[in-house]
Amino acid sequence: MEVLAYLIPISLFLGGVGLVAFVYTVRSNQYDDPEGDARRILNDEWDDKPKP
Amino acid sequence: MTAQLTSGTAACPGCIASPAEPARPIPEDVQIALSLPGIHCSACIATVERELNAHPGVEDARVNLTLKRAMIKAAPELRAADLISVLERVGYEAHELDPGALSATQSDKAGRDLLMRLAVAGFASMNVMLLSVSVWAGATDATRDMFHWISAAIALPAIGFAAQPFFSNAWSALRVRRLNMDVPIVLAILLALVTSLWETALSGKHAYFDAALTLTFFLLAGRYLDYRTRAAARSAAEELTALEVPRAIRLVDGAEEEVAVATLNVGDLILVRPGGRMPVDGEIVSGQSELDRSLLTGETLPVFAEAGVTVSAGEVNLTGPLTIRATAVGEDTSLHRMADLVAIAESGRSRYTSLADKAAKLYAPGVHILSALSFLGWYIYSGDVRTALNIAAAVLIITCPCALGLAVPAVTTAASGRLFRKGMLIKHATALERLAEVDTVVFDKTGTLTSGTPELINLGDHSRADLEIALALAEASSHPLSVALTQAAREAGIKPATLDDITEVPGFGTEGTYQGQRVRLGRAAWTGAEEGDQTAAWLSVEGQAPEAFLFSDSLRTGAAEAVQAFRDAGKEVILISGDTQGAVQALADKLGIQNWIAQALPQDKAKHVEALRDQGHHVLMVGDGLNDTAALAAAHVSISPASALDAARVASDIVLLGNDLSPISDACDTAVKATKRIRENFRIATVYNIIAVPLAVAGLATPLIAALAMSTSSITVSLNALRVR
Repeated sequence: MEVLAYLIPISLFLGGVGLVAFVYTVRSNQYDDPEGDARRILNDEWDDKPKP
Repeated sequence: MTAQLTSGTAACPGCIASPAEPARPIPEDVQIALSLPGIHCSACIATVERELNAHPGVEDARVNLTLKRAMIKAAPELRAADLISVLERVGYEAHELDPGALSATQSDKAGRDLLMRLAVAGFASMNVMLLSVSVWAGATDATRDMFHWISAAIALPAIGFAAQPFFSNAWSALRVRRLNMDVPIVLAILLALVTSLWETALSGKHAYFDAALTLTFFLLAGRYLDYRTRAAARSAAEELTALEVPRAIRLVDGAEEEVAVATLNVGDLILVRPGGRMPVDGEIVSGQSELDRSLLTGETLPVFAEAGVTVSAGEVNLTGPLTIRATAVGEDTSLHRMADLVAIAESGRSRYTSLADKAAKLYAPGVHILSALSFLGWYIYSGDVRTALNIAAAVLIITCPCALGLAVPAVTTAASGRLFRKGMLIKHATALERLAEVDTVVFDKTGTLTSGTPELINLGDHSRADLEIALALAEASSHPLSVALTQAAREAGIKPATLDDITEVPGFGTEGTYQGQRVRLGRAAWTGAEEGDQTAAWLSVEGQAPEAFLFSDSLRTGAAEAVQAFRDAGKEVILISGDTQGAVQALADKLGIQNWIAQALPQDKAKHVEALRDQGHHVLMVGDGLNDTAALAAAHVSISPASALDAARVASDIVLLGNDLSPISDACDTAVKATKRIRENFRIATVYNIIAVPLAVAGLATPLIAALAMSTSSITVSLNALRVR
């Protein structure tokens, strides 16, 4: 059962990483236009080089 | 009509911000927001962004497909009207939104706040669930206690943060001694936490930390969906730029000064330029012109105006500048009296209780009584507070309103999303449910079934020579009939004749000389013709009898389909208009509407709708004018096009963003479907309660059973809701 001493903190840490990542995406406006973003990926305008 | 409205310089908020007042600091970048009801794919995004970015003065344009909007950063002198015409040229309909009123940051804050709470609840419930699964799988003694303590350590702060909206809602309801849905939710969450902590402290077997968290998660998901639907609708519908004039030109000792309409006084002299809207009620002092009264009365025929004629706020001046003396300002204007009618009618509608509210009214006391009874029963039977409290908590958790809290928002979100893709905005929360009950549809004519722009109907009756003269005269004027004539003649490949001395006589028409002869295009009396009952412009060539160019109001796209679909669905279709008998009858015949009423005053329209309501009909009113507002508010549910007057849009539940009318009948079908799903979801929830509640009351519900039952019911209702799409 000693393994729990590692596993529980690890699982909490990984969950925490997911939460922080989500908070970051919310803060940087990534959910403002889900439908548009889904379509924009099909647009080949900036395929060769990124938009300046 | 739309063309006239947008061409009105005074009606454009961009002009007010234009550098006419050098004293005010001009912002470096002006934000322009456009509503684009027609966009739907990646090609649309690319085209719109390319066209906008290519336009001089635009710094950055970005399309938001979810909200069907474009946000444009532009130089201060750029006007939204220019961009709208750019987009119209590439085939996209656009309407200006007021970026100041959009308040994107503020509404976003509330949305983000909910999303953050949802994320925390999700994170915590997953972790706690992981620990709970180990407990259910057979962890015992010290391990179980440790798992419970870790769960408590996660659950307490997580719920303290995530469930705040429920706490504050429940508190505000309790403070005024009322029960709402949040009271049983909060009670369930708190009771679950307290008994679980107690159990954990005593090394008990059952803890409900996972249930409390999943409950919070599911309910927050419902709350967030609900918020999204309403926020999207609210921001776009209410902020479609007001077409009412916020400013007016006052003449003081012959000098013009621009002032806010609110500061005008009775007796002030006000200059109204062609294309402008009357800011107040008044009497014309000087000038000759024609007035478009269609938004107030529904009449399509422009009315001749000269000194001595009284005008009402909201009428549009068409051809020449007019000076008016204000006779009524502010709240005394006819515009405001109309708004009062709306306020009276509105109070009737707010009495409608939604299905969810009806269910909640039964539900909240029921749950409390059930849980209290099981506590009492077990306390008397076993004499043990701990067991009794545990069972009461289990009952509260099992009965918790996931179906109510998640099922209804999930259905409305799916349904409004579907309607939004078709170009309709649901403004009112219960609009879908009310729309589902509709059995009678009342249409307005001008601006609703017709597009409000005249269309030449007898081009073929005229000789080529006459058409060439008429075209030359028409091109010199911006009067709507002239514009329509020009368009029709140009499409037929007519070239304008060469005329000399072309002058526009405001209020009458245009005249010129053709090969030494005087030619005139304009009103019947001015060209020496008899006035008919149809909209017409007359062409007179000296020495010949005047000839009539007849116009009819062109049908709005999709009007025929919408009317047909309603009749096929067995609904009664009625046409009520303020226009003349002939015009209304012609349109009714064209669309196959048997039931029509002409020359109806605004009060008559509202009375007709009320009479229908008193007969037990559920009326859908579709209208756009000020004369429709009272009827729109009196109807069971109402729809207005985006081109409608501000007051009409405010009074209606649903705004049609595009020019096409045909989605209206689809909306009814979707509404019926959505209501059916909501009822189904209630039934699913009831069945699940019938099975699970006896188990909980009997003391047989373990945390595992509670978790299973709750998740299954939530997922079933959400999946069922998605079938609306």
